[in-house]
Amino acid sequence: MYKFYETSIRNQSMSLKEKFFNLSFSYILFIVLLVSVGVVMLYSAANGDWNQWALKHLLRFCVAFGLMIFLAMINIKYLLRYAYFFYFVVLLLLIYVEIMGHVGMGAQRWINLKFFNLQPSELMKIALVLALAKYFHGTSLQTIETVRGIIPPLLMVLFPAFLVLTQPDLGTAMMLLMTAGAMFFVVGVQLWKFGAVFLGAVIMAPVAWHFLREYQQNRVLTFLNPERDPLGAGYHIIQSKIALGSGGVFGKGFLKGTQSHLNFLPEKHTDFIFTMLSEEFGMVGAVFVILLNMLIIAYSFAFALRSTSYFGKLVAIGLATNFFLYVCINTAMVLGLLPVVGIPLPLISYGGTVILSVMASFGIILCVHINRNVNLGKSD
Amino acid sequence: MNRDNDKGKVLIKRSLILAAAEFFMFVVIIGRLYYLQVYQADKYKMLADENRISTRLLIPPRGIIYDRNQEHLASNRQNFQVSIVAEQTTNVQETLDAFKKIMPLTEAEEEKIKKELKRKRSFVPIKIKDNLTWEEVAKIQLNAPSLPGIVIDEGLSRYYPFGEKMTHLLGYVSSVSDSDVKDDPLLEVPGFKIGKAGIEKFFEKRLRGRGGNQKLEVNAYGRVMKEIEKNDGVLGERVDLSIDARLQSKAFELLGEESGAVVLMDVHNGEILAFVSTPSYDPNLMVTGISNDDWKALLNNERHPLTNKVIAGQYSPGSTFKMIVALAGLESGAIKPETRFFCAGKMFLGSHPFHCWKHSGHGYLDVVQALQHSCDIFFYETAQKVGIEKIADMARRLGLGEKIGIGLDNEKAGLIPDKDWKQRRYKEPWHPGETLISGIGQGYILTTPLQLVTMMARLVNGGYEVKPTFLRVSEEEQKNIKKINLSPTYLDIVKEGMFNVVNVPGGTAYMSRFDYNGMKMGGKTGTTQVRRISLKERQTGILKESELPWRLRNHALFVGYAPHNNPKYAVVVLVEHGGGGSSVAAPIASKLLQETLKLDPVKKVIE
Repeated sequence: MYKFYETSIRNQSMSLKEKFFNLSFSYILFIVLLVSVGVVMLYSAANGDWNQWALKHLLRFCVAFGLMIFLAMINIKYLLRYAYFFYFVVLLLLIYVEIMGHVGMGAQRWINLKFFNLQPSELMKIALVLALAKYFHGTSLQTIETVRGIIPPLLMVLFPAFLVLTQPDLGTAMMLLMTAGAMFFVVGVQLWKFGAVFLGAVIMAPVAWHFLREYQQNRVLTFLNPERDPLGAGYHIIQSKIALGSGGVFGKGFLKGTQSHLNFLPEKHTDFIFTMLSEEFGMVGAVFVILLNMLIIAYSFAFALRSTSYFGKLVAIGLATNFFLYVCINTAMVLGLLPVVGIPLPLISYGGTVILSVMASFGIILCVHINRNVNLGKSD
Repeated sequence: MNRDNDKGKVLIKRSLILAAAEFFMFVVIIGRLYYLQVYQADKYKMLADENRISTRLLIPPRGIIYDRNQEHLASNRQNFQVSIVAEQTTNVQETLDAFKKIMPLTEAEEEKIKKELKRKRSFVPIKIKDNLTWEEVAKIQLNAPSLPGIVIDEGLSRYYPFGEKMTHLLGYVSSVSDSDVKDDPLLEVPGFKIGKAGIEKFFEKRLRGRGGNQKLEVNAYGRVMKEIEKNDGVLGERVDLSIDARLQSKAFELLGEESGAVVLMDVHNGEILAFVSTPSYDPNLMVTGISNDDWKALLNNERHPLTNKVIAGQYSPGSTFKMIVALAGLESGAIKPETRFFCAGKMFLGSHPFHCWKHSGHGYLDVVQALQHSCDIFFYETAQKVGIEKIADMARRLGLGEKIGIGLDNEKAGLIPDKDWKQRRYKEPWHPGETLISGIGQGYILTTPLQLVTMMARLVNGGYEVKPTFLRVSEEEQKNIKKINLSPTYLDIVKEGMFNVVNVPGGTAYMSRFDYNGMKMGGKTGTTQVRRISLKERQTGILKESELPWRLRNHALFVGYAPHNNPKYAVVVLVEHGGGGSSVAAPIASKLLQETLKLDPVKKVIE
């Protein structure tokens, strides 16, 4: 039976049924396990209440799951064909939000679509990966290795990153830059160019410092020394470390986290949910969640390597790295290794946009996997 | 095509490097988890407990103070306080309005409550009123359904059932002030009260007990979630005083409106039965907090209600000092029991005249008669013969001139002058005339009422060096009281004189005599001048006491004992600016001793 599908794949014209059976069910299992952890932790975060966050989270996941399957089922050719178009649409949305932000009251990062808030910066993470992948897919290594060859993709990154930064959303801007950086690295941009950019960044850092808003400067300073302001900005990170550390190896038990349930821990249902998990389930629970995330990332890389198309490979690596950045920045942040930048833990933290964008990424990665034998020409 | 192949190879190579880098990052994160959750777990567990556990001190009930008959002198009374908890009501204003219908609040009070409500978190009770009466509590509870968020708390507050009658003895408790020694964490507890004066202060450590504590789990906002642990403290110890509340009350009533002092004590063991200083004030006011106006009124009152006159009032002993001069004379041989002096109303030392209170003079008298009539001339003569040094020595042996050490604040030492003292103090030699003046208890001599009652007890108890105390004295302790080396014969002579003062016509306290089942009183009056009588006034006629303004009138004194045949009780009565010792002080002593003999509190214990 497997052979039968295998032949069909080579024919590049799979039926929906064929595609469905080519989904990686273990990959999906990891995702479902992570979301289950999220639902359970949200139940605990609400002091044992399903209705506050847990059920809504589950409902959103179900919608996002549908989106993932839908994206997995589409033909990878379309992803390549419409990559730039999608990128420009999202860019326009970003500009729209930027203008509205200036016209309206204060910083607005989303567009209200009545049933949910569309956050263009989240969409941009996917759009940028697709657009960059399309660019590098159609560019020779020779061109990539020239300076001129990386100027167009550099602009593709810097423009939206700048827009997001001015929203201001330092975390997302950093993620865009880092995801793109990882892609530049894997396509073969020479290391000295990274060195040059790094050097430039170091020189520019004092200048950039002045462009940061005061609260962003505070976050960096507080990260460098949390005791600087133990009741203000440093309070979160100190309480987070106390919660984590006091959890020990096996944790205080489900619903028994004192730091979380007595409200010493801030934002326990969103950015600091990993802390709460580590307090209640200890290092065992924390490592379990990290291992699940590592498995998802490892599978994504494996899908990338098995894909025959350059575009598919690059898309999977880009999206996997984007997901990696979420997990890594969030956990490093609550562990006091990075400043508090407001990046949630995907699939576990409560919040609508992230679950949609992350599940969309998984859908595209699965799509790459299903279409692993499809050859994509430069012109496609 | 070759380059395309290279492009693919680069991608794969670099992807693997990227994957390795990402893997490495996770290793770092797991390492960090290990560091926090295993290596530093103990530190953070402690910090988490510090966060969630709040320890509260529990105030132990203060020890009760009893009199010798198990009567409560200071006890703890339930104190009801009504508070409002904002989160328990939907509308704070409505609740307050409903409350005002039951118990009116002034605008200032309401303003203060609303301010507190804004400042504190919604689960913190805000005090509306305390010291509610039972009726008020009942009224609030009856209306509870219309008063959501109103809660009644009860606590203990110190209560002095005898009020102002015991103030100078017991003192009072009040809020801890900056000057108090902070030797106990209890003192930091809001609302804790500490002994500020009197017995309450002297026995503070015993009465206070040891604070218990309560470990509570609190959330980040300080709300109490549950009790984790509770240690009851140690109750304050009881204190048993030698005071008899009935006699204390009687003495207080006898002084009435006067400004003065009364001490009644057991002559054999020094147990104080009554200890009164007037005017007084209600110590219960101090517990709840006295208003500024009331406090100022107490401070500025010319009769000094805040002064404990028993120990802090220093007065010339006047004629009550004559027993000491008599004893000193007899002991030194300067006079003999049968020695007689002639009183012509005045005598001269050089050219300076010294007057007897009786202008016409007493004629010839011996020492017993001199005491009976309180003749000044006799004691001028005696003093002159004995000399100040021997008088001073006798005075000190009988308890004058130094602090007794009763344990209360502001105890004064009084003053027994001698030649050395004069030299030290004034850099001048002693004048012979000063010896004469000292002979009638005037001049530099100062005594406190407590010293005078001690003197009285030592004169009539067979010559024992008894010391006044507020505590019960065991028989063992009583046996250890030392003897003062005094001749019983001379003591009997002095006693006879004191008996005649009261019981023989012509005695200065004859009007105050009594015979209670054959028991009689002895004693000595004293009237001490507050002003100097000028020569001119002596010529034109000395002003009558009633014609003088209050603060210029003489102090009236009486020291007494009873029963005469077998003395058990000694008493001192001082009435500031009261006029004459015989007319004002002696009747008070007489009535108090009669009451004492009737109740006879000492007999009960000894049997």
